[in-house]
Amino acid sequence: MSTAGESGVLASYEYLDSTVDAIEQLRKAGFKPQTYAPYPDHHLEHALGYGRSPVRVWTLCGGLTGAATGMAFPMWTSLTWPLVVGGKPIVSIPPYVVFTFEMMVLFGALSTIIGIFVLSRLPVLKPAVLYDPEFTAGRYGVYVEAEGARLDEARKILKAQEPIEVREGAKHG
Amino acid sequence: MATGQVTERGALTHPDLTRLDDVNRDVLKMLGRPGKGWWILFGIAAGGIGLFVSLWVYQMVRGIGVAGLTSPVGWGVYITTFVFWVGIAHSGTLISAVLFLFRAPWRQSIYRAAEAMTVFAVMTAGLFPLIHVGRVWHAYWLIPYPNSRFLWPNFKSPLVMDVFAITTYFTVSATFFFLGCIPDIAAARDRATGLRKQFYKVISLGWQGTDAQWHHFGNAYVFLAALATPLVLSVHSVVSWDFAMGIVPGWHTTIFAPYFVAGAIFSGLAMVITLIVPMRKIFGLEAYLTTKHFDAMAKLMLLTSLIVFYAYLSEFFLAWYSGEEVERTAFWNRVFGNYWWATWIMLTCNGLVPIMLWFKRVRHSIPALFVITIFVNIGMWFERYVIVVVSLSHEYEPFAWGMYRPSFVEMGILIGSFCWFSFWFLLFTRLLPPIAIQELKEVMPPPLRKRKSMEGAH
Repeated sequence: MSTAGESGVLASYEYLDSTVDAIEQLRKAGFKPQTYAPYPDHHLEHALGYGRSPVRVWTLCGGLTGAATGMAFPMWTSLTWPLVVGGKPIVSIPPYVVFTFEMMVLFGALSTIIGIFVLSRLPVLKPAVLYDPEFTAGRYGVYVEAEGARLDEARKILKAQEPIEVREGAKHG
Repeated sequence: MATGQVTERGALTHPDLTRLDDVNRDVLKMLGRPGKGWWILFGIAAGGIGLFVSLWVYQMVRGIGVAGLTSPVGWGVYITTFVFWVGIAHSGTLISAVLFLFRAPWRQSIYRAAEAMTVFAVMTAGLFPLIHVGRVWHAYWLIPYPNSRFLWPNFKSPLVMDVFAITTYFTVSATFFFLGCIPDIAAARDRATGLRKQFYKVISLGWQGTDAQWHHFGNAYVFLAALATPLVLSVHSVVSWDFAMGIVPGWHTTIFAPYFVAGAIFSGLAMVITLIVPMRKIFGLEAYLTTKHFDAMAKLMLLTSLIVFYAYLSEFFLAWYSGEEVERTAFWNRVFGNYWWATWIMLTCNGLVPIMLWFKRVRHSIPALFVITIFVNIGMWFERYVIVVVSLSHEYEPFAWGMYRPSFVEMGILIGSFCWFSFWFLLFTRLLPPIAIQELKEVMPPPLRKRKSMEGAH
């Protein structure tokens, strides 16, 4: 059975403008809607009030760490065994720039991936059961968590935009 | 990411697509039960891997002497093929990352296959240094670690740079590829049944396309593309320095990095066309891969072909203009020496055959493009053969000149590498959605009820 804070109402829409309108009205009424979409749509993101994702910080930190490692590591190894190769200085910056760059890309990319996983809580071990498989095909979904009179209010707003289907219940079954 | 403007332009690239869920229907259909043709190709590829493995084991047991490598030509078919496959990889990242940043509206339906090609081509290329070094059980020497006397690898050597470049390239392109696949694997999961559903359930990582998931995914994708773009340019530059930093006539030039990068993109685009032409035919993807897509790729091929051909000519010109006897002899030998046929194959396939791409009728004819790309694939392999083998066979001292003939082991391993690559590509077309479902929807017009367009509506 549903427990407090985990149950709500889910509406499936065929049209993007209906979905955006439903979100905007729900947010005006003080709800916190969640959406499902088959592709990243910036109209939905805008309606939900998203700003920039903090994933950029992960990229920056990873990239800087990588660049620092890529420069420091060849320097340190050259200094631990000072060996003149081809008449070049022991610490020879131009060839080390290649390692700096490669490690920047490697660390930056990996930390971005880790950032996505952490920020969007992937992998999802308990995916929502109140879900429509059409959300990965062609439908948009709006889910609102509410109880009692608030649930009725949310249902009314969702239904006003002519959804294909409205379901209620516990999000995780 | 999907701005109104992109929607308008994108709608033109796929005029036959109207409903979002049509994409799922058409693409996921490809993951069905494979036909007879697929099994035959898969069987050939698996057999080729058998050949590949047995020849490699034979070389391990008998020693590197079973390859035709000898003084003065110490780098032969193995290094040639290594450079060839690394080059093939490049256009995948070009299409998935560089064209993403440039917002090219025609990349969406090609990029998944191109990106898969990148990953598999690097997987193939990565085997060749291991085969080439002979004693593969010492391959861990490539990884920087202090040996018993605390001596580290020489970080001034381009060969060490190459290890870093290739491993970074493989890691980044493989993760980029997998990340892009996750939403499409979820789409496959929502349609599949039985064992397949369980498989997709696990690898889709529970993706459901919630707003939070898309938000971070979309933002991160831009950064990954921005990191992968300079990486494409760096990897083949580093590969070219393996040669350019050596004082071999024919290698020691500053033009090598841009020349190699252009050649890599040229050969990679050719391979993409070679792969997607049969895919389009077999799976009936005419609505997704239109002549517009082929036209755009053919134009890019033409551009890179011109750069490559210009590089060939400027190498000849500068060898003459330098007045250096050694350089002049080396380049004379390239065109009129013992290996004249390899050079002429290179010049014909990469410089002359692509001239046909100037004509719109050729660019719009899929069979013609297919034939041209086969020529380019062959020509680009010979380009690397000319650079590696012909240069080494004709260095400074006339008494040290010599000939190299690839042994059957080397030729078998070359053929086997194509089978190894095809094996993965064939598996890919059946297990993962070969066309990016979600990215295609981004450029399709969104379904609207009340409004004509979402322009200015938020």
